[in-house]
Amino acid sequence: MLLELEKRKQPSRAMLYLTPVISVMLTMVFGATIFSLLGYDGPEAVWDIFFVPVLDIGAWQDLGIKAAPLILIATGLSIGFRANVWNIGAEGQYVMGALAGTGVALATWEMEGWWILPAMCFAGMIGGALYAGIPALLKTKLNVSEILSSLMLTYVSVQLLYFLMRGPWKDPEGFNFPQSRMFNDSQILPEIGNTFVHLGVPIAFIVAVIAWYVLSKTVFGFEIRVVGAAPHAARYGGFNQKRTIWLALLAGGGFAGFAGILEAAGPYGQMVPQFPTGYGFTAIIVAFLGRLHPAGIVLGALILAISYVGGEIAQSSIGLPNAASGLFQAMMLFFLLATDILVNYRLRLGGARSGGAA
Amino acid sequence: MTEAILISILVTVVGAATPILLAGLGELVVEKSGVLNLGVEGMMLVGAVTGFAVTTMTGVTFVGIVAAAVAAAGASMIFGYLTLTLTANQVATGLALTIFGIGLSSLMGAGFVGQTVERIGPLFPPALAEHEHLRVLFGYDPVVYFSFAMTLVVAWFLRRTRAGLILRAVGENDVSAHSIGYSVISVRYMAVAFGGAMAGIGGCYYSLVLTPMWAERLTAGRGWIALALVVFSAWRPMRLLAGAYLFGVVMTLELHAKAAGFEYVPPEFLAAMPYLATIVVLALISMRKSVGSQAPACLGQPFKPST
Repeated sequence: MLLELEKRKQPSRAMLYLTPVISVMLTMVFGATIFSLLGYDGPEAVWDIFFVPVLDIGAWQDLGIKAAPLILIATGLSIGFRANVWNIGAEGQYVMGALAGTGVALATWEMEGWWILPAMCFAGMIGGALYAGIPALLKTKLNVSEILSSLMLTYVSVQLLYFLMRGPWKDPEGFNFPQSRMFNDSQILPEIGNTFVHLGVPIAFIVAVIAWYVLSKTVFGFEIRVVGAAPHAARYGGFNQKRTIWLALLAGGGFAGFAGILEAAGPYGQMVPQFPTGYGFTAIIVAFLGRLHPAGIVLGALILAISYVGGEIAQSSIGLPNAASGLFQAMMLFFLLATDILVNYRLRLGGARSGGAA
Repeated sequence: MTEAILISILVTVVGAATPILLAGLGELVVEKSGVLNLGVEGMMLVGAVTGFAVTTMTGVTFVGIVAAAVAAAGASMIFGYLTLTLTANQVATGLALTIFGIGLSSLMGAGFVGQTVERIGPLFPPALAEHEHLRVLFGYDPVVYFSFAMTLVVAWFLRRTRAGLILRAVGENDVSAHSIGYSVISVRYMAVAFGGAMAGIGGCYYSLVLTPMWAERLTAGRGWIALALVVFSAWRPMRLLAGAYLFGVVMTLELHAKAAGFEYVPPEFLAAMPYLATIVVLALISMRKSVGSQAPACLGQPFKPST
């Protein structure tokens, strides 16, 4: 069978939205096959990972909680990716944001007041943004690849976390466990109604809406898109490429840092050495799956949240190792990148030139 | 006494340098062909787990190493197919390969956690390998000598052979190379496969020699250091060798400080050193004005023969 690719005059909008759906479906089919080959119940694994969390209303709160940090981080990353700025160190910025916010919490641990939580969140954003500022500085001043520098800084931030947890920030009443004090009531995000969904979840969704508005309706959003799509045109149009790099990285870091402190002040309620959980990397998949568009990112984050929650379900039901959900997530990205060709090219059965000259 | 300490330090440095040298050499060839594969960390993990699993099952380390090379080269073919045939974005695909490698290796290795294998012994007979002084030269396992040999082979291949010239041409100017009849895509496929095999051997060095056992994320980001090493080397094999040993020193600082009873600096700071050093080195390298011209001109750009 000969398949030929024919370039479309215009990228297909239908395919742009359809390929993420196709990738998720292909992931299910291939996932079931691979897990069957590895000796697990493949179809059951797919059912548990992708469908059970959606059908079980009890799991919805979990989905929201897992999706919130992914939405925030991926929204920030998408700003950079649109401008061809490859910040892949969001995990480190997430940790640094959480640490900065924790610093405020520890400084105010004997105080109470409505202002403490906002101050922690502000510190979180600044912490993440400043940390992303290092790759921005290196990129704009010395042309150091932001890919490598932002990633290296992730490993550095994890060591800083370990250091603080074992040393200066260790809970003095914590029986020598390497973790911070528990946050007090003024430092923990309130839960909504009688659920265990913390305030960070609606905040993440609201931020996505704001980001959609900024990216599609303002000059800033336009500038980001132009610099990414056509750097030369951008320079001609008076848009400063260096400023865009700064903005993209600071925004990405700020969003990741915000996600970090919301996570620390939400589900964790303290800082612990196990805090880095890979959201910064998973958010890269979310950003692509969501087509770098805030609305798509919300959907992408929900799908990835489903695979996390479902992964835990499959772990207890059929003993699928925890790493399985990571594998599903990577496959989704593979299939998305593979089917992306359908956006710009038309698949055609080759050989017979029945279609005539296009 | 101090001499014995120096020798034992050198042995640990060689251990730390060998896997990043191997993976770095592979990636150097890939990048010379104009492709940027950020999946090194993932391929190393696939190699590490495959090497360990196959060695455990067959009892023959050599078979394990070959299997590691084959498995990682196979993983690199996923990257190759997506970026070369389907012209997907190389940065995104490389990242996907790393995420994939982390997940796949944890899954494959789940049954091997806690097991150990017999570490590879020195290549030379004990008279040389355990000699008080000569062990500096002869005290290493075969993979170390293989990494030296491969440095020379890659340097010779790129500079002196016709195939190396074609590979560089493809990386510097794919359109011209294509127009004079070279198959850009197949050259790049071969380079990517070679890069995968080398990353796989580098990865299994962790699980078969350095630790020797399997644990999740055994490579701890060293694949990324290998990528930085290629930039550091300005795409030159001999300089890559020197860089790998320089990084080997930094990576073993924590170990040596602990052994020497040095307590003034927190261990977490020493553990962060290789990553900080990488950033500093990249910054220093970038300060030299000429560096822009040293990267292969087509690095990271997709190529579609029909257009």
